Parts: sequence; C-alpha cells; structure tokens
Amino acid sequence: MCTYVTVKREVDGSGKGADGWFPVTDTCVYVDHPTHAPYAHTLNIDFLNPAAGPAARVAVELTEESALALVEAIHAALAAAPAGLASRDQRV
Amino acid sequence: MQAGTVRITGAGGDEIEAYLAHPLGTAPRGGVVVIHHMPGYDEATKEITRRLAGYGYAAICPNLYSREAPGASPDDAAATARAAGGVPDDRLVGDVDGAAEHLRGLPGSNGRVGVIGYCSGGRQAFLAATRLPLDAAVDCYGAFVVGHPPETFPLAVTPLLDQADRLSCPLLGLFGADDQYPSPAQTDELSAELTRLGKPHEFHTFDGAGHGFFAVDRPGYRPLAATEGWQKVRDFFHRHLDA
Repeated sequence: MCTYVTVKREVDGSGKGADGWFPVTDTCVYVDHPTHAPYAHTLNIDFLNPAAGPAARVAVELTEESALALVEAIHAALAAAPAGLASRDQRV
Repeated sequence: MQAGTVRITGAGGDEIEAYLAHPLGTAPRGGVVVIHHMPGYDEATKEITRRLAGYGYAAICPNLYSREAPGASPDDAAATARAAGGVPDDRLVGDVDGAAEHLRGLPGSNGRVGVIGYCSGGRQAFLAATRLPLDAAVDCYGAFVVGHPPETFPLAVTPLLDQADRLSCPLLGLFGADDQYPSPAQTDELSAELTRLGKPHEFHTFDGAGHGFFAVDRPGYRPLAATEGWQKVRDFFHRHLDA
C-alpha cells in the first residue's frame, strides 16, 4: 500500500548526500514502499534541505525492528553523554 | 517504436516533462496516459509506457513531480513531492488533460485516449476519468477511491466514491486479494456503486497477490497475476481505444 503517512519535523544538523555535505533542515519519517530495501514496506527517513533542492537528501529505509533499535541507540548514546553536550545551545 | 522525453503543457499552462513512446509510422491508433506511482517517474514506469507502445498505442507518462523537482532522480523527486504534500488533485487532472491533448495532436491519433495508473496513480486514473472526457480508464490497486487516508498525511487526499456518477468512460479495476489499500471490501463497495449508477466497469481481484503485483522490480511482484492482468489491460484498451 501507499500509506501516505508522513511525519515531518524540522531539525538542525548536517548530512552527507550524493554531492557532499549539506545542512539538514527537515526530516520526513514514513512507513511506505522502499526504493531499494528488499521489503514491501519499510520505515523510511529522508533528511532534507528543501532550499538546496531535491538532491540534498540522505535517505534510509529500515525494517521496523531496525528502526526501533535505532531509536533505542539514539536514546542510549544521548544518555551516555552529559546532558546538553550536543544541544543547539551548547557552549562552543 | 520511438521513445523519449518531451515537453508538454500541463495544469495551469505549466510546461512539464513527459515520457512518450509510440509505434513507428502514422497508422491510426489510440493513446494512453500513464500515471506513475508515488515513487515517481521511474524506469519501471517508463518501461510500462514502452510496453503500451508495443501494444500499438501512443503512450505518454507525465512527470507529476516536474515542478517540485525538475531534473532530479526519481526517488529524490518523490521524496521532495511527499515532503511538499503530494500532488494536488486539480493539478493532476490538468496534467493528465495536457498529456491527453498531446496524444490527440500526434500524427495517427484516432482521437481516443485512455488512462492507466498504478498505486496512488490508480486513484488518480479514477479521478481523471471523473473530470475529463476519456474513452477508457484502468485503476491498478488505487487506494482511497473508497475510504479515507491517515490524518497525518499533509495533503487532503479525499475519497472519490461520491464522484463516481461523473465517470466518463468504462473502468477496468485490477486488484490483489491480499491488499488492504484498497481492500477487497472497498473494491466491492466501489463495484456495487458503479453498478447502481449504471457505469460500465469490470473488476478483477487476483488471489495470491497483494499491492503492487505488477511491479517487476519489487518483492510484491506476482508473475501470474501480472501476466493475466496485462492481458486484461490489452483486451480492455483494444475494445475501447481501437477505432
């Protein structure tokens, strides 16, 4: 199915796409058909910079289990570092 | 056969990209507008367009993401269009209308034009057939002709059942028994409504097939259903598009 489900968030960081690094400003998270992963449906994340054009995109297509493991890993990594270390308000 | 990229006039007078394939020569022939699936104006959809030219039709697939992502790779373009909220219904109708007009203007056109769409394009094929004067429409597992999409989708993709009375041409529906979007219950509901309205249609639901069973490059491909389905498409267009 085409789920049409799209969860969007504004984000702040960088990603490396086909043309090199670029500032990431937006993400789209959705469960739908993958382009490459060998499954009918996957959890897909697009890291985007719409102002820089369609090619400013880092895409991942993960199984449900992989996506949940990634969520857990993100929480674990942040918990292992001092609070605020990677915050947008961090001291440089 | 000749095939390649052309520019056509789409909705709002916008110039958009399209992939055109047609038999050599100018013998009279019908035309088919191919509506690509949500993953975009990709190689698989261009192959479908060439296949229809092999059946003897002039076939054209407008790039529905021409405006958001001109020249982008199909997967990037699809992601951009999704992030922007998808393709608005009115724009889709205008782009299909422009593609149909392009076909009618080609040498050898017999003036008859059909439409075929896959996945989200299946719904859009139905939509186009309710808004435009067409001669045949094929809906391949289009979801949300009946039933509502999730509320989190940023664009309002509305069901079309209440517009079924405006269907301008015969409709062929090809569905998978294991699909839930659309589910067999939903396609039964659509069929019953079209019967009630006296709208000519024929629906086929293939056992052992789910969503996307025509897509040869995806794991949902079901060769038996796809082979039989293509034969039904060919017979349907032969009956309604050949002079």
